[in-house]
Amino acid sequence: MAETLTEPETPPRQKIDGARQRLSDRDGFLAWIFLVPTVVYIVVLVAIPFFLAIAFAFSDVTSGNPSYDWVGLENFYRVFDDAVFWQSLRNTFVFTVISMALIVVLGKVLAMILVADFKGKWIVRFLVLLPWTTPVALSSVTWLWLLHSIYSPIDWVLRNVGLIEDNMYFLGRPGLAMGSIIAVHVWRLVPLAAVIMMVGILSIPDDITEASRIDGAGFWRRMFEVTIPLTFPLIAVAALFGAIFTFTDMAVVYVLTGGGPTNSTHVLASWSFVRGIGGGDIGQGAVIALFLFPLLLAAAILILRAVRKMETI
Amino acid sequence: MAVRELGVSVTVEVSNLIKQFDGGHVRAIDDVSLAIEEGEYLVLLGPSGCGKTTLLRTIAGLEQPTSGDVLIDGSVVNGLPPRVRKVAMVFQSYALYPHKTVLANIVFPLKPEKLPKQERESKARWAAELLGIDHLLDRKPRQLSGGERQRVALARALVRAPHVFLLDEPLSNLDAKLRASARDELKRFQQRVGTTTVYVTHDQAEAMGLGDRIAVMNHGKLRQLGHPVEVYDDPADTFVATFIGSPPMNLVPRDGTLVGFRPEHLLPAAHVSGERVEASFHVDRIEYLSGDRHVYGTVNGIGKDTRVIARLPATVTDAVTPGESHPFAVNVDKLRFFDAESGERSEPVRVDAEHG
Repeated sequence: MAETLTEPETPPRQKIDGARQRLSDRDGFLAWIFLVPTVVYIVVLVAIPFFLAIAFAFSDVTSGNPSYDWVGLENFYRVFDDAVFWQSLRNTFVFTVISMALIVVLGKVLAMILVADFKGKWIVRFLVLLPWTTPVALSSVTWLWLLHSIYSPIDWVLRNVGLIEDNMYFLGRPGLAMGSIIAVHVWRLVPLAAVIMMVGILSIPDDITEASRIDGAGFWRRMFEVTIPLTFPLIAVAALFGAIFTFTDMAVVYVLTGGGPTNSTHVLASWSFVRGIGGGDIGQGAVIALFLFPLLLAAAILILRAVRKMETI
Repeated sequence: MAVRELGVSVTVEVSNLIKQFDGGHVRAIDDVSLAIEEGEYLVLLGPSGCGKTTLLRTIAGLEQPTSGDVLIDGSVVNGLPPRVRKVAMVFQSYALYPHKTVLANIVFPLKPEKLPKQERESKARWAAELLGIDHLLDRKPRQLSGGERQRVALARALVRAPHVFLLDEPLSNLDAKLRASARDELKRFQQRVGTTTVYVTHDQAEAMGLGDRIAVMNHGKLRQLGHPVEVYDDPADTFVATFIGSPPMNLVPRDGTLVGFRPEHLLPAAHVSGERVEASFHVDRIEYLSGDRHVYGTVNGIGKDTRVIARLPATVTDAVTPGESHPFAVNVDKLRFFDAESGERSEPVRVDAEHG
């Protein structure tokens, strides 16, 4: 700096010919360009509907009369007075907890099959991933047929093997219907969980597995003392995905049972849909849907905290 | 010597060992036979991909041989899992369990032994004390330095009183300064414990410094097995001759043989006594390395004109000028002869200065 001041006759430094900073060289600009789609997505498709739902929950908006009138907690009282709401809330938890547990256990088993080296593993991998690639509604319709009260092939097999006399009516009895819904959730989410956990297993250095073999640890000890602790963050992520997808899903319930028999299998999402869209009472639908939020938030925070704890090993 | 009682020394032997990968496309170990004596410190030395680590892993039981036998303490252990072989291994990466504390890492191998918890912990503490890491027992591996991790890995290997130590380049992740002191420690440690040790490295300095004997490998084959002095002074072939020694042995072609001599034996003629081969050395350039002068140039008179390196110790102060030729000589006792085709050692031939 001092030099240029004392020697003013120094020729100005030439820039390299044709060299100038292009737009693609400017990190600040690029950061904004790349962020904008995500920001738009979150604002338009997540934030606005979320705040609309909060607003509707305190209004008397119906599909027939969309004018907004403040009614305070009126919708909440009406929702809480309805036994079906409490039934759906309970069902949501039952479905989520049982599915999540099964998804994690079966996902872990499948993940180990996916990483195993054997002949024909590609066909196994392909079959394992198939449920996840099928649209939920489509696979639910297939299951609807598989579990049909009269034409169910599952019933047919069980009958012919001699295990049952009469048809099971899978979707016609409350207990069996819930079991069927859980089974379908598990069936479609296990592949995702398996792939997530497979990544975890593959990320363990071979050295560590081999060291534990040298140290004399057998299969179960290796699994519980080495593999599971080291892949815990990804197991937690798989559990989180399993829980969220089960918790918020209405397609399986809606297609399989429509909430029946006699509202015994409704979950928050399907009940909210039936009330708000089917019945046209947007206010009540919004109140029911809002119950998904704090519970999901709590679950997400819990699991992400567990993950962070593990990351600091 | 106080620790000696824990070291059960056994022999380790491999015979006609072959290990193929990819359905026989790759021969990682190609008919290797060698016997390691009780309490011996054997170093497997070779460039990367020479099969030395595969050999170690086959002894450990992490790989199964395609054919041939592995014998530990005189009995064939083919097909037996690592646990039963009573071997302990230290990996290049140390392979510590990152989610366990140092203490839990060291205790881990003791768990199959069904000892009471207290006894296990006191054994682990003893091993940690032996390696000077007893103040780190509550730390997690990521909180340790490279040297400390290496000791934890050693303590974990030691605690079970294994019959054989298998070490896979345990020093290569340390910085150069630490490596020298760790090497010294490792050697003294093994001498105290007295356990048979197989040590894999690609670093000839480690091999020369640590090994009771060195097994030099290349392309899956055992090229030479001998004491460090033998391997250095009497290399079995040109591979060993050029792989060991820094700078490597000079090889000068002459009538279908290669005449080899170490850089430190090519000296100004005045410094070579006895029967000697004189040669004119045209100097290109000089490097000054830790007190020695490494002189690069072309030697004329031993065989074909060849680029070689001379290493002049600090005691040789003769002026050597780049661009000029100087009279140099090699003592004939220091000459080694190799077949130019096969690279194997061959009979000495008479070398006189007039030739070439």
